[in-house]
Amino acid sequence: MTDETLTERQRELERLREHELPPTEHDDELPSPTARAAKPASLWSDAWKELRKKPIFLISAALILLMIVMAIAPQLFTSIDPFAPGTCTLGNSLGTPSAENWFGYDLQGCDYYSRTIYGARTSVSMGIVVMLFASIIAVTLGSIAGYYGGWIDAIIARLADIWFAIPIILAGIVFLNALGERGFWQVALVLIVFGWPTMLRLMRSSVLSVKEADFVQAARALGASDFRIITRHILPNGITPVIVYGTISVGVVIAAEATLSFLGVGLQLPAISWGLMISTAQNRILTAPHLLFFPGIFLSVTVFSFILMGDALRDALDPKLR
Amino acid sequence: MTAYIIRRALQFVLVFFGATALIFAMVFAIPGDPIRALAGERPMPETVRQELVQRYNLDKPLPEQYFLYMQGVFQGDLGQSFNGREVTEIIKERFPRTARLAIYAFVIEVILGIIAGVIAGIRKDKFLDTLVKVSTVAVISIPIFVLGFIAQLWVGVDLGWLPVTAGNPPTFRGYLLPSIVLASVSLAYVARLTRTSVVENLRADYVRTARAKGLSRSRVIGVHTFRNSLIPVVTYLGIDLGSLMGGAIVTETIFNIPGIGRAVFEATRSQEGAVVVGIVTLLVIIYAVSNLIVDVLYAVLDPRIRYD
Amino acid sequence: MTQTQASPEEAGPAGQHLLEVRDLEVEFRMRMGTVKASDRVSYHVDAGETLAIVGESGSGKTVSAQAIMGIIDTPPGFVTGGEILYRGRDLLKMDERSRRKIRGENVSMIFQDALTALNPVFTVGWQIAEMFRKHRGTSKSMAKLRAVELLEMVGIPSAKQRVDAYPHEFSGGMRQRAMIAMALALDPDVLIADEPTTALDVTVQAQIMDLLARLREDLGMGLILITHDLGVVAEVADRVSVMYAGRIVENADAADLYPRPGHPYTKGLMESLARPDDKGGRLRPIQGSPPDLLHRPSGCSFHPRCRYAQPLCTEEDPPLIDIGEGRSSACHFAREILDE
Repeated sequence: MTDETLTERQRELERLREHELPPTEHDDELPSPTARAAKPASLWSDAWKELRKKPIFLISAALILLMIVMAIAPQLFTSIDPFAPGTCTLGNSLGTPSAENWFGYDLQGCDYYSRTIYGARTSVSMGIVVMLFASIIAVTLGSIAGYYGGWIDAIIARLADIWFAIPIILAGIVFLNALGERGFWQVALVLIVFGWPTMLRLMRSSVLSVKEADFVQAARALGASDFRIITRHILPNGITPVIVYGTISVGVVIAAEATLSFLGVGLQLPAISWGLMISTAQNRILTAPHLLFFPGIFLSVTVFSFILMGDALRDALDPKLR
Repeated sequence: MTAYIIRRALQFVLVFFGATALIFAMVFAIPGDPIRALAGERPMPETVRQELVQRYNLDKPLPEQYFLYMQGVFQGDLGQSFNGREVTEIIKERFPRTARLAIYAFVIEVILGIIAGVIAGIRKDKFLDTLVKVSTVAVISIPIFVLGFIAQLWVGVDLGWLPVTAGNPPTFRGYLLPSIVLASVSLAYVARLTRTSVVENLRADYVRTARAKGLSRSRVIGVHTFRNSLIPVVTYLGIDLGSLMGGAIVTETIFNIPGIGRAVFEATRSQEGAVVVGIVTLLVIIYAVSNLIVDVLYAVLDPRIRYD
Repeated sequence: MTQTQASPEEAGPAGQHLLEVRDLEVEFRMRMGTVKASDRVSYHVDAGETLAIVGESGSGKTVSAQAIMGIIDTPPGFVTGGEILYRGRDLLKMDERSRRKIRGENVSMIFQDALTALNPVFTVGWQIAEMFRKHRGTSKSMAKLRAVELLEMVGIPSAKQRVDAYPHEFSGGMRQRAMIAMALALDPDVLIADEPTTALDVTVQAQIMDLLARLREDLGMGLILITHDLGVVAEVADRVSVMYAGRIVENADAADLYPRPGHPYTKGLMESLARPDDKGGRLRPIQGSPPDLLHRPSGCSFHPRCRYAQPLCTEEDPPLIDIGEGRSSACHFAREILDE
């Protein structure tokens, strides 16, 4: 294998992944690495100025905020604690939505509204935890690979290739199926372990483009240490695409958790998760479609918000569009 | 070109062994009992246990276990289910259905996705473009199993246009709805990618040249923009096979198609770890091979790569 | 290669130019506002002569050429006024089909960076042959033969083999030659060359300019050379139009322009040019930078950078006026500058 650690196609791919969800307006121009390497402070403040005016951003931010509040303090939205013993009455089994009970009841006669509200906690924390850990791995390895290049880069890139070769749902099925007890952290672990390669590639190419910038060369000429150059000069300028993709990936992770739970290899009862709720409901969708509808809507809207937010961020952080 | 293919082939070999080792490690090297990973919680007589130890060489060191396992894979041995059925048998029986589902989905996604993307790209910021942009984000945001149920309820039950399940044996009409559901997310991505790519290429200098050459609009778009715009789309299609596989598991489960996706689902439910591992290994191999093919195709489409 | 097929009945009445741009107005409508990239621009070119359009980047020199070719990206660019007359017929009033026929057959264009201007996924030969196949309906094999001839004409060695190569396999100079071959495929009367040598090495630049000059002579075309390089202009141009901020600020014969520029901007351009004959002399770059067309200075657009600026210049935009000897200048003090 040559020094050229990424094939042209992979490079193309990274670029695409960063852009594969074209934003709602002009997505036809790509951020140029040199432009991206401008002063980060003004980039962010300019971006903020632009974002404040964007309805798409405001809507997605409001929805995300709502979901986060719901995750932290579900009590604000419902007085019923679905985990408390005795909240479910079998007599209410499969009760349909009514004015008093907006979302109806599930098979066990549990109040579906409170369960749906409490489901936000699992999804939102899963999305954020996985995104944080995966980006820490990706940013660290990506910076090292991009900055040092050579054989370190080659090894990291090949490792990413290998991880990348296993679709995340398949990995989840094999790994989680091999575990007996599956809780939040087991599911999070598999999503982290298989979630970092995409971000790594983004980070790596971003570092590569910033590395050659004049201010990095200047810092090097002035004798700054590698650590300082990476943390002070390269990261602030190179991390933008990771932030954009990270935001989108929160949505992707939430959907992946739900899919794994739906397939029966994710979270297990008594945990409350939208995917799990839909999985439980799947044989009854004809008779009790509300069991599918409410968690489905919450799930989709949450994923939607994070994806839109990522789009809006990318638009705003792309200096070339201004 | 040759150098490029050789390099990609070497990479493929590495990925092949790396990925299978990774799957292997997830089952056999995690803390805990690999027997549990293979057989689940079912009560097990000591003889069966011994048999499993024998079969997967669990008494040998890990690298040797992997080596012997891969030896088996190369000889077409992907393991056995509990009632003694070869995983390769299960695959042989069920793969054609999955292949049909995947091919239908692939055709739908490629044709509709590219058409939608090209139209949106040429009519950037017009009504159709906005429609494509909005509907694709919506589709991408709805997890495939939710989408599948919605399709069942709406198209299958309310409208009654298509059968709710694929039927046994599945009919062509029965395949349609699951194929559309399976295709939908990828279709949205293909459309968006094509759109971005077309918009980008329409601005490219060589498209301007083509216009300056006095070529008709249809030729400027159909020949000078289209082929270049396909390059990233082809790239995506390779990657997409991975999500198509995950999606097939969900879709076959929802629509009751007895393909290998459903086999994986059933195996997880009945704690047939060995079957899960066998099938997933095969899927990962298929994925790696198809990505190799896509890479070669990429080189054909983009002459710049051949001399890389 | 045959001579231009201008048949007698096609040739217009006396005084009619081969290609003439009259009061061309082009606007770019963007989110930040509307920019007038071409403001009352007029020029013309006749068979066998070279008109150079000179200016800094952003001066609008390329925009008028793109308007002639009808390749302005719309949106954001719109041609809002003026006429483009080819043999007396206004291109802007033609339907798309007739206009398309003129592109490539009668008027063609070469671009600055041949690497991006040639399609990367098709062979050079295919791209040249496409001209014959689509405009003339020539068969594939004939078209390819013609492509080889053209490559030979522009001086590409072993053209028979090179015809099947892709653009990225050519050197920069070769690519520009191939580009020229493609533009000349159908014997156009007018060739527009937009910074044809900017992306090339200095030695190759001279070769390409020589090639263009030779071909213009051999084929009797009118050449519109768009450049920022006055040195190149001196060698090949017959007449020069200098553009600044979307307007033509000076027109003159090349021979007259050099000794006596008639506009402070032209003078500035000349002084910023290194000349071999005054070694040791100091270069005097023009102060300041080209204006932001969104916020055009009041009066004369050039006044903030002009060392001759008077209060009048900040108030009144000077029209392009005749200053004798067939020259014109858009400066309130053109005569003084000329006589300095």
